Amino acid sequence: MLNYTFHWRPALNALPDMLSGALVSLQIAVLSMVIGVIFAIFLALGRQSNNKLFYGFSTGWVELARNTPALFQVYMTYFGLGSFGIQLDSYVALLAGIAFNNAGYLAETFRGGLRAIPHTQTRAARSLGMSAPQAFRLIVLPQMFRVVFYPMSNQMVWALLMTSLGVTVGLNTDLTGVTQDLNVRTFRTFEYFAIAAVIYYLLAKLITISSRLFAWRLFRY
Amino acid sequence: MFETSLTWNDILFLLQGAGTTLAITFWAVLGGTVLGMLFGLVRASAPWWLNLPVGFVLDILRSVPLLIQFVLANSFKSILKLNMSAFTVGCVVLALYTAAYCAEIVRGGILAVPPTTRRAARSLGMTYTQDLTNIVFPIALRVALPSWIGLTLGVMKDTALVLWIGIVELLRASQIIVTRIQEPLFVLSIAGLIYFLMSFPIARLGARLEKRWREND
Repeated sequence: MLNYTFHWRPALNALPDMLSGALVSLQIAVLSMVIGVIFAIFLALGRQSNNKLFYGFSTGWVELARNTPALFQVYMTYFGLGSFGIQLDSYVALLAGIAFNNAGYLAETFRGGLRAIPHTQTRAARSLGMSAPQAFRLIVLPQMFRVVFYPMSNQMVWALLMTSLGVTVGLNTDLTGVTQDLNVRTFRTFEYFAIAAVIYYLLAKLITISSRLFAWRLFRY
Repeated sequence: MFETSLTWNDILFLLQGAGTTLAITFWAVLGGTVLGMLFGLVRASAPWWLNLPVGFVLDILRSVPLLIQFVLANSFKSILKLNMSAFTVGCVVLALYTAAYCAEIVRGGILAVPPTTRRAARSLGMTYTQDLTNIVFPIALRVALPSWIGLTLGVMKDTALVLWIGIVELLRASQIIVTRIQEPLFVLSIAGLIYFLMSFPIARLGARLEKRWREND
């Protein structure tokens, strides 16, 4: 019935290439997360701001990021920005797209986190003589990160899975890109992509487990 | 400045793509919700020998990129020589993916029903099924519906990935037009606007529902 012989050997031989691709995927995920968190903090502040311009800008970003597909956002940074004379290569475009998406989702998470911190904390910090930025940075942010740590680690897994979109804009150094390159050379689609799936699964687990360990170490008391 | 070679037909083509997007979303969410309720029930109350394997498979569906799942399913279809269209493959994969998330939502909803409420129902003489349909589901629905709306919107956005296995949905349609008229920003913006219009009102509705129901608790 099964008129197909699986050839796992060549696929397994390509494992070193795929693992180095996985490293690139992980790198993009981490970078996009770092950029995303930084922007998300400002966006979360902007969503609470009284400044109309700041509020409008952040709301626009957040709603756009949350209500359009991630793939669309990557297309926008890759194909769309060209109209403004900004030519990004596929690595940067993918990174920018995912960072944009991350920032939008994390901003909402952070907003919820900020709301969970009592106002009295800020007031206490201010009355101890801290400046407003100091109070935010030293008192509010650390407490917020504790609240949002779990959703953040979820977003990190999401970021990793989103890196697979790079192949649609011609990136061939990340895990999916490497796999696709091997695929068009040999047409052993199933074998190669099955191995890629296993690697992605392990990476996702690695992120989940290490963030658990990290949280356990970080938030002991 | 606003000269464009985008024709009326192109807009219709985009809307057709949007129709395909909605069709895939519909089947995926329908299948995913039915399966997800089943899996969610298993995850919430089945013995460990059933619970663990089901949980493991669902975890895999959630931890492997959807793009890879589409490619795998498509090539597996060719290996088995199944006579399925790419559309069907897309719907099936997306339905399973939806089910994986829906199961967690349903599980959360069921576990949110206090055990004492269920015991009270049983001691009033209700059967297990009666308890499930008349007590657990109505209460669980309130917890689960906002997340379920979010999931539906998420699936709608994830349908964009089926372009990789050769289905012309909204994003692919816009890409085809871009290839012809070479105005990526403009055409992509229209596609984005359509996505936004399909997603944003429902997202707002979900947020409002969540807020309102929380007030009544």
